[in-house]
Amino acid sequence: MLRYALDLKEKRRRIEEKTKSLQSKVMNLEEAVGRFVKEGSHMAVGGCLYSRTPTAAIHEIIRQRIDGLTLSRSLVGMEADLLLAEGLLRKVVTSWWSVGYAWGISRVMRTAAEGQLVTFEEWSHLALGLRYRAAAMGVTFLPTFSMLGSDLENTNEVKSMNCPYSGERLLLVPALYPDVGIIHAQAADESGNVRIGGYEFMDQDIARASERVIVTVERIVDSKTFRERPDATTIPFFCVDAVVKLPYGAYPSECWGSYEADFDHFGEFAKRTNKDGIEGARGYVDEYIHGSGSFQNFLRKMGPRKLENLKENMRNVLK
Amino acid sequence: MSSSEPEYSKAEVIAVNTARLLADNKTVFVGIGVPMAAALLAQLTHSPNLSIIFEGGIIAPQLKRGKMPLSTNEVRAGRKAMAFCSITDMFLYQQRGFLDYGLLGAAQIDKCGNINTSLIGSIEKPKVRLPGSGGANDIASSATRVIVSVTHEKRRFVEKVDFITSPGFLEGGDSRANAGLIFGEPYKVVTDLGTMKFDPASKRLVLETVQQGVEARYVQDNTGFDLPIAENLQETPPPTRRELSTLKAIDPEKVMLRG
Repeated sequence: MLRYALDLKEKRRRIEEKTKSLQSKVMNLEEAVGRFVKEGSHMAVGGCLYSRTPTAAIHEIIRQRIDGLTLSRSLVGMEADLLLAEGLLRKVVTSWWSVGYAWGISRVMRTAAEGQLVTFEEWSHLALGLRYRAAAMGVTFLPTFSMLGSDLENTNEVKSMNCPYSGERLLLVPALYPDVGIIHAQAADESGNVRIGGYEFMDQDIARASERVIVTVERIVDSKTFRERPDATTIPFFCVDAVVKLPYGAYPSECWGSYEADFDHFGEFAKRTNKDGIEGARGYVDEYIHGSGSFQNFLRKMGPRKLENLKENMRNVLK
Repeated sequence: MSSSEPEYSKAEVIAVNTARLLADNKTVFVGIGVPMAAALLAQLTHSPNLSIIFEGGIIAPQLKRGKMPLSTNEVRAGRKAMAFCSITDMFLYQQRGFLDYGLLGAAQIDKCGNINTSLIGSIEKPKVRLPGSGGANDIASSATRVIVSVTHEKRRFVEKVDFITSPGFLEGGDSRANAGLIFGEPYKVVTDLGTMKFDPASKRLVLETVQQGVEARYVQDNTGFDLPIAENLQETPPPTRRELSTLKAIDPEKVMLRG
């Protein structure tokens, strides 16, 4: 079978079979992750790098030790280092992987990729976006000029073709259908209508492309809010399977309009991993994730003052 | 180069010479680091209506001097922007032809302007794995004019890159067009020693200008391949006091302008 060949009928059938209910999908994090993230799942993670990362859900996956995961994301950051440290990651599909420009090249990424502990599948940023979009459209590929002639075209073994109408050569990026999409947003109602503030990144496409979708949110609002402003809805309820209320659920990432990133926390993590590599990340996981027992306890460890300051920082940046 | 202490860093001279290439009333796709400082410098000096575009889906922000973002996807990057869109749509605007310039860095660059930000060593068993393309491949494939801004080192300017993350002119000649890349093209390579353009036929790098006080031979000595010199080699005037003080205001802690 060709690489990227997929059973489109099966992909479509699973969406047809979804409950498109307007009833409540609110549940706790343990249940949402337990029900929808399975061993060997391909999970698409919303947000980008240190913006709107669904950190609480990543912590819960680590606490439940769900193994053999494929992680896809536009730009992959600290969340991959954590999953890798716990030994849960099989493959990363992304355009870029490190903690962030300010902290240099991730040693965890380097050790993992150079030692072939995981498969690091690199695509251009647009190509990855079009892979999600093709799935969001319910088709099998999309054409682009990106990656033509580069080694990304060769290593990924992607096909190209000449346009049957006007002859241009176009690269055909294969659709990427995640098993589960995990998105952190500012607000949703109980049935899963979602409003994303600020940058949407690839989240709308991820919500359409994924078979199951977990949304963690800063706040749950009344459905009336959506009916009053339907033009402001980013993701409609029928895409969503679980709504979890989790204020600060992206911390230490930023959540646009709510709180800024905790750069000191990322700095501390980078310091640990720059010194001790994967062991450093493991130390962080033991202390902050297993050691906390719950995301709420993790936030308590950070202290209310710090979290308030991050809100204040966000207000100042947006002034 | 003169033995006396330079009054500006390598990063500063690269940012200044990159900024000087950016004309007013254009759009520029900008990544993190020196490109961001360069685009903002252009805006604050000769190109007030230059619009900055970030991959996070950010169109025409007004960045705050001294409060530079640490990623092109975070809240500071979108300050007072005109519009937001998805990442995918941002790159599709570029594929459609809306982006006049694309600014890139490079771990390695070769004589035909191909860029490597993926790995050092072999593909099968890399010696050093780098973070990867991000949007660089897309910018190199579709921005109307691509400018690469890097420090001039022999280990960076190599005969052939270990991995083509972002295409320049590939093997030179017509090979870029033959691969299907019919839009956009590598325009200039800006370093701390000078500026290079591409020979119209061979599509190989040619030394176009040298920084004031730098000998062409010194540039060749720091380049890992044969670098022809343009017939009318020019000297680039050093950064002005105004350019340097503007850069200091943009990035006082040298987060973008390290090195």
